[in-house]
Amino acid sequence: MTTLKPALPLSRRLHLALTDKRISGLIWQVVVVGIAVAIVAWLWSNAIHNLSVRRISTGFAFLGREAGMPIDDTWLPYSPKDTYLRAFIVGLTNTLRVAVIGIVLATVLGTLVGVARLSANWLLSRLAAVYVEVLRDIPLLLQLLFWYVLMQGLPAARAAWKPIEGVFLSNRGLVLPSIPLGSGQLWVLLAAVIGLVGLYAIRKRLIARQMHDGRVRPIWPYALALVIGLPALTSLALGVSWSIALPELRGFNFVGGMTLAPEYFALLVALTTYTSAFIAEIVRSGIQSVSRGQWDAAMALGLRRSFVLRQIVMPQALRVIIPPMTSQYLNLTKNSSLAVAVGYQDIVSIANTTLNQTGQAIEAIALIMLVFLTISLGISLFMNWYNARIALVER
Amino acid sequence: MTTVTQAPGNPLPFGTSRSRRTFAGRAIGWLRANLFSSISSSIVSLLLISVLAKAFVSLVQWGYWNAVWLVPDNNPGACRAVRGLGACWAVIPEKLRFILFGTYPFNQQWRPALAMLIFIALFYVSSRPKWWRKELALIWAAALVVIGLLMWGGIFGMPYVSQDRWGGLPVTLILATFGLAFGFPLGILVALGRRSKLPAIRSLSVLYVELIRGVPLISLLFMASVMFPLFMPDGVNIDKLLRAQIAFILFAGAYLAEVIRGGLQAVPRGQHDAADALGLSYWKKNGLIILPQAIRHVIPPLVNTFIAFFKDTSLVLIIGIFDLLTTAKTSIVDPAWQSFSVEVYIFVSLIYFAFCFAMSRYSRHLEGQSKPN
Repeated sequence: MTTLKPALPLSRRLHLALTDKRISGLIWQVVVVGIAVAIVAWLWSNAIHNLSVRRISTGFAFLGREAGMPIDDTWLPYSPKDTYLRAFIVGLTNTLRVAVIGIVLATVLGTLVGVARLSANWLLSRLAAVYVEVLRDIPLLLQLLFWYVLMQGLPAARAAWKPIEGVFLSNRGLVLPSIPLGSGQLWVLLAAVIGLVGLYAIRKRLIARQMHDGRVRPIWPYALALVIGLPALTSLALGVSWSIALPELRGFNFVGGMTLAPEYFALLVALTTYTSAFIAEIVRSGIQSVSRGQWDAAMALGLRRSFVLRQIVMPQALRVIIPPMTSQYLNLTKNSSLAVAVGYQDIVSIANTTLNQTGQAIEAIALIMLVFLTISLGISLFMNWYNARIALVER
Repeated sequence: MTTVTQAPGNPLPFGTSRSRRTFAGRAIGWLRANLFSSISSSIVSLLLISVLAKAFVSLVQWGYWNAVWLVPDNNPGACRAVRGLGACWAVIPEKLRFILFGTYPFNQQWRPALAMLIFIALFYVSSRPKWWRKELALIWAAALVVIGLLMWGGIFGMPYVSQDRWGGLPVTLILATFGLAFGFPLGILVALGRRSKLPAIRSLSVLYVELIRGVPLISLLFMASVMFPLFMPDGVNIDKLLRAQIAFILFAGAYLAEVIRGGLQAVPRGQHDAADALGLSYWKKNGLIILPQAIRHVIPPLVNTFIAFFKDTSLVLIIGIFDLLTTAKTSIVDPAWQSFSVEVYIFVSLIYFAFCFAMSRYSRHLEGQSKPN
């Protein structure tokens, strides 16, 4: 295009210039970015104007003010006299506590249902199929409201259901026995974690040696020593006393034990069951993606079905399962924000209350976005790391 | 659980023994093959049968045997009597019109009912592959205009009904359908933008998709209901339903863009080269060659996105828009009927289930068709 003769008329040259890929690309970009910037600037100037009219100051200074909002169900100590920042942190822990436990439970339940869906037992596989179909085709919010209504319909604390000794289910929620944790107990837990890490290292070493000479070395003595023995020794050495706090009914409520409030319990059940239906489908299609020959070959070697599933099919299926699983975990975390519908105070609910009390709409929404983008990023990073670890190593 | 796993693709050994020709013989053969093939399988079967039988009996007792189907003149006395023992289905006919149409003027409710029928006809027509032509876009435009006229009225002797009187199933269908109708072209543009060679456009598209997908839908809806007025100049006041609708369009656009991008990636490089060699412009190349193939690749995941989107419209409950779920929840605020919310929720679940199940069946049907034998 640079060798144009000056004899060409201007309109023709302009036409050629406009059809040049680089120039038209540049023009497109300038136009699109210009429109985007103009829209954002317009919205922003409106917002600044409206905020000044309503005498709302922008910025995060409000986080230091007294929140004055009650939060019922917390793990961290909190009172309405605390600051908004504290309230947000409490809300964040509430979100994480429902999301993390929900992810673990949904994975276990979903895997079981997904495997049941492939069962040779007709009844079991049909039942799993019905479970998946029903839960997937009803909105989560409706399921959540349904569970919550059921929870409220449970008998009062006095007439609580007692499926096992020490477990009470009533309209006050689910009450479970708990183990009070002091510093001594925490040391024992730390010992158990160290034991697990040590066991992992030893397992790696044992497998490496098995690769070398083909001899299978049992791992259970190490497991016994490290995961059971080490914490037990620590417990003995420190003289930690273990007790189980059994809840009991006193007056109209329960004393002792651990209480899962009805709001939390309904949310946890709804999130777990709903997500498990999706996870079941992912697990099923993952297992089915492993080619038939892998089963046949393994069975021909005389291996047991459960061994084949665990050691041969699952590792291959995991490669198909992990990426969609990641997005299910993200969905569960985002869906935990439905908590606001039943009055469980997660981060979104607290941001919403803050927004209504202070009018700091932009800041509150920005905080929600920041929290969820961070959580999403965290889950994605972890799952990508895990995915890379189990990926097929091409030689 | 693991011991009963069947190898995938293994055909069910139907009627294992060829010699059994009688019905009873075949039935026994089927039972042996599918329920009692091994000891563990038999234990699982017996356990499940006993649990299911128990559940079925108590369900029939509650839902049918002890249930109250109709009560005289809005008096839930008969329902109170069976509380805890039987269902009170009488609440459904009592509240049906409110659940389906919200506070839409009672004698005009044939209009939203007709609008619903048009929606369903529209979905049906769109699901037939032989209708996947350019005319379909025109049909959609015409249908949406007719639905708008029906709902608002103000002409042809139909009195005007403002949006805040709309409610129930039509609102759910409007949010979902308009969200998809506008979100789909937006999704196509963003997907193309994300695969564009122009860095500014690509990064804008990535920013948009990741921001929307990174946050929960509720925060978008809060934004639409609380923050949107802040961003408008003085005196501009957009209706709440429309604000939620805009949030849904933006939301759908981001999710659909990701699905369509997957389809774009599946179109082989040669198609681009061939289109370029013919001298087609960017828009002609994509509109005529690339997109038709790309979208065909991703129809099943697109339908799955539609299902998720349809369910997600129920979230407007939280910002107080009267969709199907909100009318259901509101209908049982009435003190006389307060304690029968389970029945109402079951009824509404069935409506949602009918729509979603139809879509998921359809998606599976398409998947089965696209797979070569």
